[in-house]
Amino acid sequence: MNPFASINIQSLPGPDDTRRVVLQNGITVLVRPNPESASVVISGYLQAGSLFESDEKAGLAYFTATALMRGTARRSFQEIFDALESAGASLGLGCSVHTASFGGRALAEDLPLLLELLAESLCEPVFPAEYIERMRAHIMTSLAIRAQDTADMASLTFDRLLFPGHPYGRADEGYPETIAAITRDDIVAFHRRHYGPRQMVLVITGGISPDAALEQVEKALGSFANPDQQLPPVLPEVKPLLKTIRQHVKIPGKSQADLVIGSLGPRRNSDDYLPISLGNNILGQFGMMGRIGDVVREQAGLAYYASTSLNGWIESGSWEVSAGVNPDNLTRATDLILQELKHYIQDGISLEEMQDSQANFIGRLPLSLESNSGVANALLNLERFQLGLDYYRRYPGLVAAVTPEQALEASRRYLDPRHLVIASAGSKKS
Amino acid sequence: MSSLVETKLPNGLTVHLKEIHTAPLISHWVWYRVGLRNEIPGKTGLSHWVEHMQFKGTPQMPAGVLDKAISRDGGFWNAFTYLDWTAYFETMPADKIDLALNLESERMTESLFDLDEVESEGTVIISEREGNENEPLFRLGEAIQAAAFQRHPYRFEVIGEMEDLHTIQRDDLYNHYRAHYVPANAVLAMAGDFDSTEMLKKIAAHYNRIPAGQPPAPPEIQEALPAGEQRVEVSGPGETSYLTLAYRAPVAAARDFFALTVVDSLLSGPSGLNMFGGSGISNKTSRLYRALVEKELAVSINGALQATIDPYLYSLTATVHPGRSAADVLTALDEQIDRLQQSPVAEEEIRRAVKQARALFAYGSENITNQAFWLGYAEMFATYDWFTSYVQTLETITPADVQHAAQTWLQAGRRVTGIYTPNGRQEAFA
Repeated sequence: MNPFASINIQSLPGPDDTRRVVLQNGITVLVRPNPESASVVISGYLQAGSLFESDEKAGLAYFTATALMRGTARRSFQEIFDALESAGASLGLGCSVHTASFGGRALAEDLPLLLELLAESLCEPVFPAEYIERMRAHIMTSLAIRAQDTADMASLTFDRLLFPGHPYGRADEGYPETIAAITRDDIVAFHRRHYGPRQMVLVITGGISPDAALEQVEKALGSFANPDQQLPPVLPEVKPLLKTIRQHVKIPGKSQADLVIGSLGPRRNSDDYLPISLGNNILGQFGMMGRIGDVVREQAGLAYYASTSLNGWIESGSWEVSAGVNPDNLTRATDLILQELKHYIQDGISLEEMQDSQANFIGRLPLSLESNSGVANALLNLERFQLGLDYYRRYPGLVAAVTPEQALEASRRYLDPRHLVIASAGSKKS
Repeated sequence: MSSLVETKLPNGLTVHLKEIHTAPLISHWVWYRVGLRNEIPGKTGLSHWVEHMQFKGTPQMPAGVLDKAISRDGGFWNAFTYLDWTAYFETMPADKIDLALNLESERMTESLFDLDEVESEGTVIISEREGNENEPLFRLGEAIQAAAFQRHPYRFEVIGEMEDLHTIQRDDLYNHYRAHYVPANAVLAMAGDFDSTEMLKKIAAHYNRIPAGQPPAPPEIQEALPAGEQRVEVSGPGETSYLTLAYRAPVAAARDFFALTVVDSLLSGPSGLNMFGGSGISNKTSRLYRALVEKELAVSINGALQATIDPYLYSLTATVHPGRSAADVLTALDEQIDRLQQSPVAEEEIRRAVKQARALFAYGSENITNQAFWLGYAEMFATYDWFTSYVQTLETITPADVQHAAQTWLQAGRRVTGIYTPNGRQEAFA
């Protein structure tokens, strides 16, 4: 097997076709042109995530990010969206633990518009009081819908139990009581303290030359300044689990229950990340959801979905198995998953399985990078986790070098079947 | 440059090929003209269950081998069952496309339908349905479809009635498969990095051996126009109310379908024909967003118009603001529909909708899988020309067409009004 056979390494993003520039105010800009494309994608983040907020005001960073486009010093909410939608463009903001993020797309000729609206939203939002109240009602509704969603509630419970007292354990969107407590002043103050150009990253891909893109960025965001911008605090240490913790959230009247089982995982830029990622693929992704899918879905017919995910963040990560099952089958599905986790950790993986997993990782690279948004996302990861501009060129070699033993050894550092979080949500067993 | 080949093999298999050389990828699709529309009461869900069984192996490619083979080569594959059609695709690195050709040509006629696999997959589908039933909008949609049609199979859900999923037998599935999976009832669509002449030879080598077969005569279902407005109410867990208006819609091939597409764009925002890779344009300047969300009657609004062979439904769904009732939303919705029926829209509004449709095409064309999807899609309910002339046809729509479509298709007497009410809340049509 030659895992490199179908890959033209030079066609992957690399230092020779990606321009990386740091503006004077601290914004890092990455541009990769795609002359075939009639459109552009922008994507990026600022250091304004939920790690800055208190437990009592959980959801403040998210509320702030999503309120930025409700009106600026130059345009009303309707004017902002009239400009965007008339051009067939889109722009949106969101938030996670470490960063507030933005993403948009437009026909290539409308990139100046996209950047102008981004700059206005970041630098000059006015947070109209009526919109703050309107958004509060929207967030409350989405939280009420979340409270009825078995998958969301199982996942939320899992995070809370895995990361107690840590921002990773909190819901970015907040909770009804914390959203009710957030004032417009809180939002204005959060914006003033945390929205600034330092450590901001902006990626542009698509039908635009790097020179033209950089000129437009400089024009829109070159004067973005915030001398009061506070940089992220040191986060509390993430502590490993000392025992298995189980919790079920009762949601009456639901015909399906959701289950999340797992443990801590490696940081994204840990050396353990790639070996475990290859192992995780075997455990719960490869083919029709790997070994877990085979046992829970294919053999037992218990679930429409049963798979695993490895989520590597800046400080830590999680390694999760998720499944949706009939409430009567919750115990059986849990037992089957636990058996598979034990089997994986005790017996490891075969060379054949590892070679399959490696071929899959390398072979799917062109597919993940075919679109402007795929490339933008890839470049953003390079910058966020400091992987280096040549990472995708090195990637096939890095993947091919991992042995089954390395994957198992790394996996054992995180996944211990005696120390897990088992979270579920749904109707009570009948 | 991309070129298009349209041809038909001697056994009746229609072939559409489009060369696109932007990435070393090929997406291969096979479409069958069979879906919910071809089912009868008591056996609903057959087409969808057959689709699941198509992943369970052929004599040369037993279950479990296929998914691993695709994953190993870095491809991805999936399938969809809709009202009128079922489609399968594999998107692969270009040099691995033989696997997809082997797979699709073989499972056109040689799938095993092993009894144990049929039974196990039955429970997976029941689990899939239970997951759907967790969602208030699935339950509301199901009740609306049942009320909207008296005779047509469109009155059921594609996944099938729960009772039918418990009683359908292996032979029901196999007979449905053999009846509908014949070359003359199928379209092969392929887009990507290949030479059309060479690819046609490969396709012929794989598919010519399959006997032509005789596709079943299309079902002839006489469904009268609705006799008057119907109202349905569904209650269940949660705190959030939803309102859906579902109007009998024109068939996709009719000119009025395009006029109604513009109506939908003006009312609830633009939606394009992308299945992959084309995230939408927001709808914050649409008439209904302004009248419902900006006025704090609803927290979201969206419209759905599906291209179908027989008249299906055009629906508008609002998530009701927590401080309001569905009846308040209904009044405001009716005012907007009345406005569209009473006064012609400005030319400018139509031009804007057309620009948005163009932008969505540009976004969708970045993705090879989406390009191949487009090649087959319109053949399922009209002809390929329907797709190629889509934007030009939209351009010919006049303000008078829009007004006429609103007057014809948005009559209250032709709709089902559906409300989802949280348990314990007084609501609805009081």
